[in-house]
Amino acid sequence: MADAAITAAKALFIMLLVVQVMGLGVFFERKVSALIQDRIGANRAAILGFAGLGLVNTLVADPVKFLLKEDIVPAGTDRVLHFLAPVLSLVPVLVTFAVVPFGDVLEVGSRTINLQAADLNVGILYILAMVSLAVYGVVLGGWASNNRWSLLGGIRGSAQMISYEIAMGLALVGVVLTYGTLDLQAMARAQGHLLWGWLPAWGILYQPVAFLIFMTAGVAESKRIPFDLPESESELVSGYFTEYSGSKHLMFMMSDFVEVVLVAGLVTTLFFGGWQVPYLVRDGFHLPWGLALALPSWAVALLQVTSFALKLVFFTWLQIVIRWTLPRFRYDQLMRLGWQGLLPLGLANVVVSALVIVLAAGPAA
Amino acid sequence: MTPPLAWYLGLSAVLFAIGVLGVVVRRNVIVIFMAIELMLNAVNLTFVALARSLGSIDGQVIVFFVTTVAAAEAAVGLAIILSMFRNRETTNADELATLKW
Amino acid sequence: MSPLIFLLLAALTVVSALTVVVHKNPVHSACALVLTLCLLAVFFVGLDAQLVALLQVIVYAGAIVVLFLFVIMLLNLQVETRAMAGALLVGSAAAGGVALAALIFAALGRTVAPAAAVPAGFGETAALARQLFTAYLLPFELTSVLLLVAIVGAVALARKPT
Repeated sequence: MADAAITAAKALFIMLLVVQVMGLGVFFERKVSALIQDRIGANRAAILGFAGLGLVNTLVADPVKFLLKEDIVPAGTDRVLHFLAPVLSLVPVLVTFAVVPFGDVLEVGSRTINLQAADLNVGILYILAMVSLAVYGVVLGGWASNNRWSLLGGIRGSAQMISYEIAMGLALVGVVLTYGTLDLQAMARAQGHLLWGWLPAWGILYQPVAFLIFMTAGVAESKRIPFDLPESESELVSGYFTEYSGSKHLMFMMSDFVEVVLVAGLVTTLFFGGWQVPYLVRDGFHLPWGLALALPSWAVALLQVTSFALKLVFFTWLQIVIRWTLPRFRYDQLMRLGWQGLLPLGLANVVVSALVIVLAAGPAA
Repeated sequence: MTPPLAWYLGLSAVLFAIGVLGVVVRRNVIVIFMAIELMLNAVNLTFVALARSLGSIDGQVIVFFVTTVAAAEAAVGLAIILSMFRNRETTNADELATLKW
Repeated sequence: MSPLIFLLLAALTVVSALTVVVHKNPVHSACALVLTLCLLAVFFVGLDAQLVALLQVIVYAGAIVVLFLFVIMLLNLQVETRAMAGALLVGSAAAGGVALAALIFAALGRTVAPAAAVPAGFGETAALARQLFTAYLLPFELTSVLLLVAIVGAVALARKPT
């Protein structure tokens, strides 16, 4: 009984964290794009004169506007599928956060709580499975709109997503080879090891190519610029979710940003140590020049969760900057990059990683 | 208490029978294909249930192969349907029954 | 997995399988097929087959049914008017299906499979991989050749004749 309550609390915590970072991402989208384009951005909506640099506009006025809009279902569409598509787009991406670890352990009384909502020993495959299910939101959204440009956007979007899933999977194979496990918490813990006594052994040092492939494939999966032809705001209006208004549109936009946070979360866990703070172990800081600072277990956990949240925010910001800097790929360039660029590169990475691991382990392996 | 093996095998039998029903009764070749996939999955359930009951991992290895073969079969079958549709403009099994023009 | 949850999920699985077979709209049939496959993955998890369950979702629900949906949308299949065969065929097929299920149920009563103790790490990736790459290595390699042939064949068949 207590176990179920603890798991529920962890799930609630990670979901709240994700939604907060997503809200921050939406705000960054407005402000960072404004700064990059040398303008101020939305800052007019205000409550009692307090506009908060545009926070009130983005985080209060926009969601309220979406929720209060009329829900228009076009004539001749399939109402069941029209209702189901945003749900199938949002729920699989939210659920993926169950396996992302946000801390090491928290010791409460006699219990040691593993700070990960679901401790699966096949965590990476679970992520691939949920990302595969998110394709249905796109394809059904395009079909259920009874609009041939939405259908075009939907088909292109789902073809893009299934192509880049393969590149993502191959990058993950390289990471799995390095750590020898599919469990994300074990990978995060393994990155606390110190190379040569002072360098934290984060994944980026072992698998830089896999990081680049995974980041590219992740941005392509969430259909953000430079890969946003399915949505292409200046060409297809909103692509596959043109015919959605009100709450359903909000769900599609939310799924876009939650995927940004998901890619950020996976990149930090696999390549940048996850919740690891350099030189922090379970009982305090152990600095390489011999100094040790003892800390209580709750302070260590708090530092680790904060470090995870800060890394999430950083990679969300990075994806937003990439969005507002690069131009859009044409569809054939996009597919060529996925199949003829990232796929061979991913395969080469797997082969080279396997060779290096076997040779480095020596004749005993 | 975990459900006894017979329950899993019974569910698999019902799903298999539904799949057979689908293949025989429906006229749309794509729905016939979906019913074939349903039959393959019923067999997968049987293999996994028996693997658990006998404690042997071989059942799950066979499921792995069945899944792969089903994927290959679905790809080729749907390509055949696409090319037949280009010629005949129909997916009704009654109208695709003869090979001559 | 408690018996109550099993019965609930089994009922839901049978209902969605019937929807696949009976519903007149092919897109709805495909969505019901996805639901059936995901429910079967839940059963696999309950049977200590975590890897196979996730492979089922990734390959079957995440790729094969998407392929089905693509073909349905490319061919623009609408709700059908003459979905089923004639009443005689439906009746005899239903009778045959019931007979098949009854036969299997009768056979079930006679087999008592021994409930062996499950070894540690059963159903995990390491155990499956060990079997796959030692005892089943030849089928594994042949499967990869099969997939290559299927890819080439599908591309050759689906290409527009130039």
